[in-house]
Amino acid sequence: MQTDPNPKKSKDSPSNSANTESTQLPSPFPDEVLEKVLSFLNSDKDRSSVSLVCKDWYNAERWTRTKLFIGNCYSVSPEIVARRFSKIKSVTLKGKPRFSDFNLVPQNWGADVHYWLTMFANVYPFLEELRLKRMTVSDESLELLATAFPGFRALSLMSCDGFSTDGLKAIATHCRNLTELDIQDTDIDDFSGGWLSCFPENFGSLEVLNFASLDSEVNFDALERLVSRCKSLRVLKVNKSITLDQLQRLLLRAPQLMELGTGSFQEDLLPGQIGDLGNAFGNCKNLQTLSGLWEVTSIYLPVLYAACASLTFLNLSYAALRSVEFGNLLAHCPNLRRLWVLDTVEDKGLEAVGSSCPLLEELRVFPADPYDQHLHRGVTESGFVAVSRGCSKLHYVLYFCWQMTNAAVATIVQNCPNFTHFRLCIMNPGRPDYLTNEPMDEAFGAVVKTCTKLQRLSVSGLLTDLTFEYIGKYAKNLETLSVAFAGSSDRAMQFVLEGCPKLRKLEIRDCPFGNAALLSGLEKYETMRSLWMSSCNVTINACRRLAREMPRLNVEVMKDKESDDSQADKVYVYRSVAGPRKDAPPFVLTL
Amino acid sequence: MDKIPDKLSSSSEKNEVLNLEETELRLGLPGSEFSDKKAGNGFSLFGKDLKDETNNGFSQNPLKNIFSGAKRGFSDAIDGSNKWGLCINGGSEVDLGKNDVLFSPRGGGNVGVKNTNILQSCQPTTPQPVEGKKIEHGSTTPASKAQVVGWPPIRSFRKNTLATNLSRNNDVTGNSGPGCLYVKVSMDGAPYLRKVDLKTYCSYADLSSALEKMFSCFTIGQYASHGLRGKEELSECHLMDLLDRSEYVLTYEDKDGDWMLVGDVPWEMFTDSCKRLRIMKGSEASGLAPRVIEKCKGQN
Repeated sequence: MQTDPNPKKSKDSPSNSANTESTQLPSPFPDEVLEKVLSFLNSDKDRSSVSLVCKDWYNAERWTRTKLFIGNCYSVSPEIVARRFSKIKSVTLKGKPRFSDFNLVPQNWGADVHYWLTMFANVYPFLEELRLKRMTVSDESLELLATAFPGFRALSLMSCDGFSTDGLKAIATHCRNLTELDIQDTDIDDFSGGWLSCFPENFGSLEVLNFASLDSEVNFDALERLVSRCKSLRVLKVNKSITLDQLQRLLLRAPQLMELGTGSFQEDLLPGQIGDLGNAFGNCKNLQTLSGLWEVTSIYLPVLYAACASLTFLNLSYAALRSVEFGNLLAHCPNLRRLWVLDTVEDKGLEAVGSSCPLLEELRVFPADPYDQHLHRGVTESGFVAVSRGCSKLHYVLYFCWQMTNAAVATIVQNCPNFTHFRLCIMNPGRPDYLTNEPMDEAFGAVVKTCTKLQRLSVSGLLTDLTFEYIGKYAKNLETLSVAFAGSSDRAMQFVLEGCPKLRKLEIRDCPFGNAALLSGLEKYETMRSLWMSSCNVTINACRRLAREMPRLNVEVMKDKESDDSQADKVYVYRSVAGPRKDAPPFVLTL
Repeated sequence: MDKIPDKLSSSSEKNEVLNLEETELRLGLPGSEFSDKKAGNGFSLFGKDLKDETNNGFSQNPLKNIFSGAKRGFSDAIDGSNKWGLCINGGSEVDLGKNDVLFSPRGGGNVGVKNTNILQSCQPTTPQPVEGKKIEHGSTTPASKAQVVGWPPIRSFRKNTLATNLSRNNDVTGNSGPGCLYVKVSMDGAPYLRKVDLKTYCSYADLSSALEKMFSCFTIGQYASHGLRGKEELSECHLMDLLDRSEYVLTYEDKDGDWMLVGDVPWEMFTDSCKRLRIMKGSEASGLAPRVIEKCKGQN
């Protein structure tokens, strides 16, 4: 874009003549300059700020925005988006409320991407990237995507549903410039692995291929040839059907990989094959992320060692490792920043984390057996404390356990005061401090008092209103709060709504919060992305009132079959400039 | 319109809680009382009082109490896998505090019974993690375990994957999963068998002290007091001493169906091949002893 040498020319430009706002001064520099400057802005937040400065800036921003991020697909409509932006090349859309991940949202709730795609086909035919989270995507949509956008390059589907491998066939067949196909955490109809064979024989542009969550066997020869052709491939995450032997061959073809998701690790290998596999891993000097490792048996872990030196992210959350073999593996991974494990490693394993991973920033401990309550194994508070002692840079934690104490949490945040994400799930709802029998209020009090940068918090255990008083008083940077089986009265929710200025997402289930709590946030909800309340004490009438008083909020209610008529079993409130949604299924009451 | 049940109110009202709880079907270690709030105690509808057993000689890790020999009542004889209508807080660490009951606060008088989120079952079945897909939203379809929809908050994909692994392993060995290896333990003369998870122990000493606690009510004798030393391989000469003085010998059935003396092989190998354990009367173990005696002689 060339700079206009004559600034005065800008007076004749369309934006100035449309400038009916208070300022009558000419723009200090031509639009082209402003647009050029703004084109460097990538952050959505920055662009939002820019667009609020004045009309000139609003326009300059909207003409230069190429990346669209919509955190709630119903907060705006495709038409509004199409009117405002004309040059969008990359879209990120998020749909269902997060609790749909846990089966709290019925099927066919909505968040179907198709209507968006038909709009995009008209207005943004040069669309290159589409990233969807918790959206419903049909095969038809995938076919449209594959055929209507000649320059389409990157598709990422996280926690999506509604499509089958037939849709993937369309993508593989038609997207000549595809660089990214990333399917995560997705339950779809997996008819066959034949989609992978649909990539043309001369196709070699893939950089990212992740089909780990698909079940069907793919044609290995086709995959091997594909991997050989794609010289820029940096992310490869295969599914369980790929054997160790096949993995070794893939690694030989793609030693440049930066992220690898293995297939199944359960197989009988001959000693020679083990050696080959170890060598293949050793060839991968750039490996930063390692995942997969389904059914890994400890015998084969050493083949990974050679590739571990450069690892920064190790995802063992599908590998039921025990503490000893886990510790041995960790000893080879001194550069880990992110670690996901199963609680089969137990506290001892976490002690090894504390001693082997000084650079650790993120830890997620998942339960191997979350429903088998008799056993109550896994990790305890000691493991968490051990990690906090050794990993002072820890700022993100997701921790599933059966027991916790206030004292332990206090120690943990003292060791690691920089938490930005603290998600503690004590799997027995309403469980107190198991040593003192007191509520876990002081634990979360310690978290919010000490961790001033806290953005995301999930609470659990026996909690009174005091926890929420602490949150409201101290958690000034909190953006996302998840609450389940907690609190004593409406005051709890009120504390949070009144006290957390940056709150964007509030999700609540099974808490004794009623209408007073709901209605205390009337104006607050417009500053937030959304509120979810399920199995609380809210009535439909209160929801109606909320909807009446706040027309720019969408208030949706879903009822459980057995509950009585006045109860609002599931309430989803979100701000929107698009008005009530038109695609709500019959079980969603829009008030 | 305050329907907050007693359980969610302050602790001073806990006495009212008990009446409601008594009418509930709960799951927990048999033998502890309703009002017992100590860590390590559960309760059941029948069984002996275990209150005094809480921390006596048990490992510090309360999690181990469950299977490291916490004494249980007769109800536990049935393989410990009884599962009646379930409250999420079943298990040895049940704390019957106000918030320990899992149900929607709107339950009111219908505590835990008529809650749309809890799938209830009254049939004892073996534990299986319920796959995410099977939990219908708000339905009350009986499942093999009562569950609360969407709790713990784990994504369906992860739940399904881990459940598949678990059931696959169960098919293969019948007993084990990614983290457990249950074998039956019988003791000559005892009226019932027990089950232990070999994977929770890391050495013969561990196993021995656990079995000691589990069966000491049947007087295991000096076998227990000496125990097996903290080595992976049992010293044959120690065993000689034990056999001399004690009444019982610990044996196991291996994959081939042979009865072997515990302690000959490295621990890992033992857990891989052990199918069941038997605490045999010394007099019957004489057939096994000669091997040991020979070994000792060989060493000397």
